[in-house]
Amino acid sequence: MGKRSIVPYGPQHPVLPEPIHLDLVLEDEKVLAAIPSIGFIHRGLESLTSKKDFNEMVYVAERICGICSFMHGMGYCMAVEDIMNVEVPRRADYLRTIWAEMSRLHSHLLWLGLLADGFGFESLFMHSWRLRENILDMFEASTGGRVIFSVNTIGGVLKDMPNDMLKEFVKKLDEMEKEIRETTSIFLNDYTVKSRLVDVGILTGEDAIRRGAVGPMMRASGINVDMRKNGYAAYNDIDFDVITSNNCDSYARCEVRIGEIFQSIDIIRQCVAKIPDTEINTKVTGMPNGESIIRVEQPRGEAFYHVRANGTKFLDRFRVRTPTFANIPALTQTLQGCQYGDVPLLVLTIDPCISCTER
Amino acid sequence: MQEIKKDMYLIDKAELLQVIMEKKNALWRLCQICCSFPKAENHYEVTYSFANGYDFANYRLIVEKDEDVPSISRVYKSAIYYENEMHELWGLNVENIKVDLHDKLYRIDVETPFIEKEDK
Amino acid sequence: MSTIHKSPWLLHYDGSSCNGCDIEVLACTTPVYDVERFGVINTGNPMHADIFLITGGINSQNEAVVKQIYEQMPQPKVVIAVGTCACTGGIFKECYNIKGGADTVIPVDIYVPGCAARPESIIDGVVKGIALFKEKAAALKASENAN
Repeated sequence: MGKRSIVPYGPQHPVLPEPIHLDLVLEDEKVLAAIPSIGFIHRGLESLTSKKDFNEMVYVAERICGICSFMHGMGYCMAVEDIMNVEVPRRADYLRTIWAEMSRLHSHLLWLGLLADGFGFESLFMHSWRLRENILDMFEASTGGRVIFSVNTIGGVLKDMPNDMLKEFVKKLDEMEKEIRETTSIFLNDYTVKSRLVDVGILTGEDAIRRGAVGPMMRASGINVDMRKNGYAAYNDIDFDVITSNNCDSYARCEVRIGEIFQSIDIIRQCVAKIPDTEINTKVTGMPNGESIIRVEQPRGEAFYHVRANGTKFLDRFRVRTPTFANIPALTQTLQGCQYGDVPLLVLTIDPCISCTER
Repeated sequence: MQEIKKDMYLIDKAELLQVIMEKKNALWRLCQICCSFPKAENHYEVTYSFANGYDFANYRLIVEKDEDVPSISRVYKSAIYYENEMHELWGLNVENIKVDLHDKLYRIDVETPFIEKEDK
Repeated sequence: MSTIHKSPWLLHYDGSSCNGCDIEVLACTTPVYDVERFGVINTGNPMHADIFLITGGINSQNEAVVKQIYEQMPQPKVVIAVGTCACTGGIFKECYNIKGGADTVIPVDIYVPGCAARPESIIDGVVKGIALFKEKAAALKASENAN
């Protein structure tokens, strides 16, 4: 039996763009346990409900995280709309779906890049991020922002995308799809990549449920759950299958996310073909009074918005449970028994978004 | 157990562990635990949310200010984070959390920021 | 010293930001914006770094981390606060756990505003930082010669 030692990992670490701290209990090179400690980015933005009114909270919700910023805004707006019984115009639903899928595309490409950087394949990192810039250009053309857009409002969206622009986007995505296929085939087929991913960080389906994992982490363990199937926004009109994999390892998580990239492109295509010409927002009057729970499928998994209003302009409670928060117990499970050298890679496979986690 | 609205049930403290065990044995996953303190009502509300596939259920526990709640972290490991969060941010006492971090989850300077002093 | 200022190394640390500025900082180092053409390179080790890019406000837990990183960097050093949160605390200023901008704990030389700061403005900030680094290096050398 080797000697046991505890090695601190993070908060400032080269592979992580964001700080998280893990205490790794090692026996020689093998990790026996990982103890996460969080709080480096804790701001306490849920407490802002007492200082900002429910309309301003949209902008706070968008700044929970810069990667899925659009979906945070959308989830919050949907919860307030549910309380106030606001029927969102159909076009706004479609626009939300298109922007949400574009967010998923850019998030997954970002993650592929970080993963490549994590296992030391720098040119692949650069390629993924180059592809991602095309999506950001589309965001900039349609909303004016690259990462934070502020287009959501209670009752719809603030900006419209003209139909010509949408067709142009689909054309661009068609061209991009070939390039993405070329780049992602390296992730799926290259033997150096496979040697780092296959059979690393096993999380069985039962463990995923017991630990409360969500999103691609869960679907890679063979569990068929995708909140988009609940049919919020325009997803009830869209035809898509939930992408799962039964391998339960890091390769499966990569596979699921790559599958979702192409699925997102397909969903955007379907949306553009079906989008109706209606208004993009309805006027909302009065104050919210009541309670609502909305679940949204973000790139990292199911996000949970719990809004409770009391009839004044300040909300009683705004609670967000972000996907990474739910995935941390699953991460500690996958880290048990892995090699020390695989730790950065395994931390990356949950697609950590620490700003989300700590709010 | 009483249904308040769709997928939302009001339970007693005595029923909690029974409900949790039922959910665990049926392989439901714990989505979240949400603690809130509506000022008008002057008590804590703790909501446990579970999901199984696309089924969804919430159980709400009403807790008075000086009352404790039992920990479910021995049944659902992921509850550790939620329960420590409840204690650190709301000052709600949770009995015997499996890993009690003693207000060191977020390590903030302010004591229980979500509850105003006079409400304590 | 005369050669170092042609290629100072960058270090990036995320204070308590929303991560939008972080991915923009990272985007700056990738092909489309490519800040590395100005001679800088992104590093993970504070002891190698000359220019410190900090995003997000300061909270009670990361205060010590930021100070430590700053102290570990060799002289001369330039600090660039990227994004509104790092400049003033931004939208989170009223949160209970935010102390304010990066300048509440370490001296900041250059402020890059924006929510999220655009890559173009980050590049502007870095270019200014390189010029300032040159000045600081010259001043350090002069004071060394004087001794």
